Formats: sequence, C-alpha cells, structure tokens
Amino acid sequence: MAKSQRKSQKSASETVQIYLLEHVRVLFASLGRIMKTPFTSLMTVLVLSVTLTLAGGFYLMVKNIQQLSGSLEISNQISVFLKTNVHEREAKTLAASIKALSEVDKLKVIGKRQAMEEFKAYSGFGDALAALDSNPLPIVLQVQPVAKSMDAAAIKRLMDKFERYPAVDFVQLDMLWVKRLQSISALLERAVMVLNSLLAVAIIFIMGNTIRLELQNRREEVLIAKLVGATHAFVQRPFIYTGFWLGLFAGVLAWVLISLIVLALSEPVENIASLYQGQFELLFLSFTETLGLLAVSALLGVLGAWVVLFYQLRQIRPA
Amino acid sequence: MLTFDHVSKRYPDAGDALQDVSFYLAPGEMAFLTGHSGAGKSTLLKLIAMMEKCSRGHAILAGKNLNRVSEWQIPYIRRQLGLIFQDYKLLLDRTVFDNVALPLVVSGYHHHEIGRRVRAALDKVGLLGQEKKYPLALSGGEQQRVGIARAVVNKPRLILADEPTGNLDPELSEEVMHLFEQFQQVGVTVLIASHDIDLISRMNYRVLKLDHGQLVQEG
Ligand SMILES: Nc1ncnc2c1ncn2[C@@H]1O[C@H](COP(=O)(O)OP(=O)(O)OP(=O)(O)O)[C@@H](O)[C@H]1O
Ligand SMILES: [Mg+2]
Repeated sequence: MAKSQRKSQKSASETVQIYLLEHVRVLFASLGRIMKTPFTSLMTVLVLSVTLTLAGGFYLMVKNIQQLSGSLEISNQISVFLKTNVHEREAKTLAASIKALSEVDKLKVIGKRQAMEEFKAYSGFGDALAALDSNPLPIVLQVQPVAKSMDAAAIKRLMDKFERYPAVDFVQLDMLWVKRLQSISALLERAVMVLNSLLAVAIIFIMGNTIRLELQNRREEVLIAKLVGATHAFVQRPFIYTGFWLGLFAGVLAWVLISLIVLALSEPVENIASLYQGQFELLFLSFTETLGLLAVSALLGVLGAWVVLFYQLRQIRPA
Repeated sequence: MLTFDHVSKRYPDAGDALQDVSFYLAPGEMAFLTGHSGAGKSTLLKLIAMMEKCSRGHAILAGKNLNRVSEWQIPYIRRQLGLIFQDYKLLLDRTVFDNVALPLVVSGYHHHEIGRRVRAALDKVGLLGQEKKYPLALSGGEQQRVGIARAVVNKPRLILADEPTGNLDPELSEEVMHLFEQFQQVGVTVLIASHDIDLISRMNYRVLKLDHGQLVQEG
C-alpha cells in the first residue's frame, strides 16, 4: 500500500522531528485559542491564581516562621545556677574552666549582689528582700554556646556536663518558648501541607471544569479528527496545552499577587521586629521557589486537563 | 477487501437495523449500496468505519476482523479508509486547505508532503485555488467535494461514501460519481450508499440492495 510504504520510508529522526514540530504547533495553536476567548480564559486564570496565591502565601508564612524560630535558637543561653554556699572566688575559677571549653562562646558571671539588684528592680519584692539578713540568691553563670554546637542534642550534652560539676546546683535552658515556637511552626508546616494539597486538588478541579467546557465547545472537531484517524493522544494534545498555558499564566499572576502582599506586609513586620530588637526580614520567594511555583501551577493545569480528558474524551466517539 | 459474514446490528431501542447481511467486496471493486430510507445503509457503513460494532456476525476489513480490533487500533484502521458524509462534516472554522490536510496532520506527515498532497487532492476535485476559503463560503457541491478531497488525500484503500450526491443537482452528481470512478480505476475499492436509482442504473456497477436491514439483492 502506498501509504504504508511512505511511512516506512520516513527515517526515525524525521519522525521525531515531525512529532516535535507538531507539539510546537499545538503549543502555539492552544495559546492562540486562549487569546481568542480572553474573557473565559481570564476568569479561569484569575480563580486559579487566587488559589495559588493562597497556597504560596501559606508556604511563605511557614518559611518566615521557620526563619524566626531558627534565628532565635542562636541566641539561646544556658543559665548555670551554682549552689548558694559557693563563693565568688570559687565561682570565678569554675567560670574560667567553663569558658575554656570549646563549646562555649561567651560567659558572664552574675554575682550575688548583682542578682539581688536585678531581682529588686524587676520583682517588686525589693522591700521584703531588704529585710533579709543574708542574700539567698545563688551566683549564676550565663553561658552562650558557640553557634555550631547549637542543635538540641549538643545543648543537652553541654548541660549534662555542667550539671556534673559539684559546685553546680542546676542548669536551665531558657529555650522552652523557642521550642514551643518550633513545634508550632512544625504543626503549621504540616497544616499548610494539608491545606496546600487541598488547594492543589481545587486547582485540578477548576482546570478540569474549564477543559470540560472547552471540550464541549470543540466536540465536533474532536469527532471529525477521530473519524479521519486521530489517536487519543492527538485529540487530547491541544487541551493538555491549554491546561499548561492557563496554569502557567495563573502561576505568573499568583507570583505578582504574592509580591504585592509581601510588599504590603514588609513594613509592619519590620516595625514589630525592631520592637523586639530582632533582625527579622520578611522572606520572599527565591528564584528557585518562583520557578517551582510556575512549574507546579503549569503541572497542575496539565494534570487537571488530563484527568478530565481521560474520562471524557473516550465518551466522545463518532456514531 | 471487505467481507460481511452474517452481520446483524441491533440498536438498543430501535430493533434490528441490519439482519444477517453477508457479502464480499473484492479489492479495487466499486459497488453501490441502495435501499429505502431507514433500510440500514448508513448503519452498514458505520460498522466498517468502526463507528458502531456488529451485534452478531463478523465484518472483516483487509483481513482484520473488526470485532477483535481494540480501541487503540481504531485510528490506524480509519487511516486506511476514506469517509465521505452526506453532511460533509467539515470544520467550519478551518480553511479548505486545513480541512483537507487534517487526515495527514493526524497521521504525522511532513508539512511539505502535506502541502503537496492537499493540492493534488484539491486539484482532483476541481477546487485548486479555493484552499484559503472557509467551508461556508462554498456552495453545497463544493463543500461535498472538499469532503471528497479530504477522504482521498490519505490515499485510502477503501472509500466509503454515504449519500455523496444527496445535496447535488444531477449534473454535479454525475461529476462526483465520475470522480469515484477515477479512484476505482487507480485501484481503490469504493462503496457508495445512495438512493439515487436513476444515477445508479446509468452506471454499470454492482448494486447491493437493502430492505429493512436485509440484503435483498446482490449483483
Ligand atoms: N444511533 C441509532 N440509534 C438507534 N437507532 C438507529 C440509530 N441509527 C440508525 N438507527 C435506526 O436504524 C435503522 C437504519 O438506519 P440507517 O441510518 O442505517 O438507514 P439509512 O438506510 O441510512 O437511511 P437513510 O437513507 O434515510 O439515510 C433505522 O430504523 C434507524 O431508525
Ligand atoms: Mg443514511
């Protein structure tokens, strides 16, 4: 047969070239089609981008909270409370040996008197304390570990080491609220993961619905293509690319929206941060994350189209 | 080329459209399929084009039993057919060129080859020079000829035409039939459903006559 002979005459590279050209053709044909119905396309892109903005916003929120709890970790201090019968001279010797440890960055000795002054100033029990004969407060060594030994296990080891000194009464890490923040941020991270998965499903459904309508509009075209021998892959291709474009455009618009939100929030956040003497800067999407956003949105667009096509395209059959 | 072996087709709520139809069409043969309205002509063609499935019996196309063809093979079988419809089935938002090119695009031909073949097909049906027009800017007869060009552009082994002259005046009808004769002369098998008895009797080809789904005349 003439046709099959011609087919076999085509070289493999020629077949691949034709296949790729066909993809490029459909890619731009789909773009052209989207531009032909600007209103419908815009509506879909808007809805999708709002959903993506929510997801991206949640993601950024978690990222910023993680940054916050991460930066706080570095300022952790270990308070080493000495026994009350330990005197200043003994304390100084101990302080010197602790300071010599490689895990320790800085050390400050808070003497009995200084502790009393601070206690008077902040507690409001000043008068009552004045009535006491002796100073009941212990000497405290405030230890700042070096940053690199800062993971929880390392801190624990360091604290155990301090506790084994005979002069030490107990060791305290004022890390509790940092830990809380960390566990809250872990919880948030998980919540956002769940939420964002739901939003991804929503995007797939929104895209699926758009493609379903598009499929209805182009039903005749699909039927005729099938009648002249189009494969499933061929007829679904333009719709897949439509999903790709709409997803990509939604991703771009979501990026713009997220930028605007971060821009609007950055000043108040920096004000709050400065109140707490924090060096906190609102993080935005990095270059890779921006690419990730666009890739995910385009991919979800393709997926949404594909799901609908998988179920609906085989129902459109010539009869 | 084509064998019908005790084929019946029953539509779920309309009863038997075809009953126990058997015939054989040799390669390169041209035949007419006639019968009253509702006799089952379109149904018979749809079975060959795999738009419907036989309820009983076997339809065998070029050695392939169509009952045993799986879904993914259907496109490749259709590429060996040239289908012509009474309602043309043209894409109204595509030019004549694009309409005729569709079977080639679908089969993955190189665009040089597509251009060459489309123009050859349009030339054959006398529409060269109209390729940039849209179907609605053409007369019914011209649209039918676009449909014929599309059916033959792929160099099919078998042409199936359902009432190809239904909307044409006698002169145009004769012309279209002459076109089919030309295809038959180059070795294509042609099966034409038509109830234009006059035209059929003036042409000396085999006639398959259906009556209420039964083949009543074969010769
Ligand atoms: N999709 C369908 N569903 C149910 N019944 C159908 C369907 N298609 C055709 N029929 C029935 O099958 C019978 C044969 O129809 P068919 O279209 O094959 O006739 P035909 O010979 O082509 O008629 P015409 O000359 O009017 O085109 C008719 O009784 C018709 O009502
Ligand atoms: Mg009919």
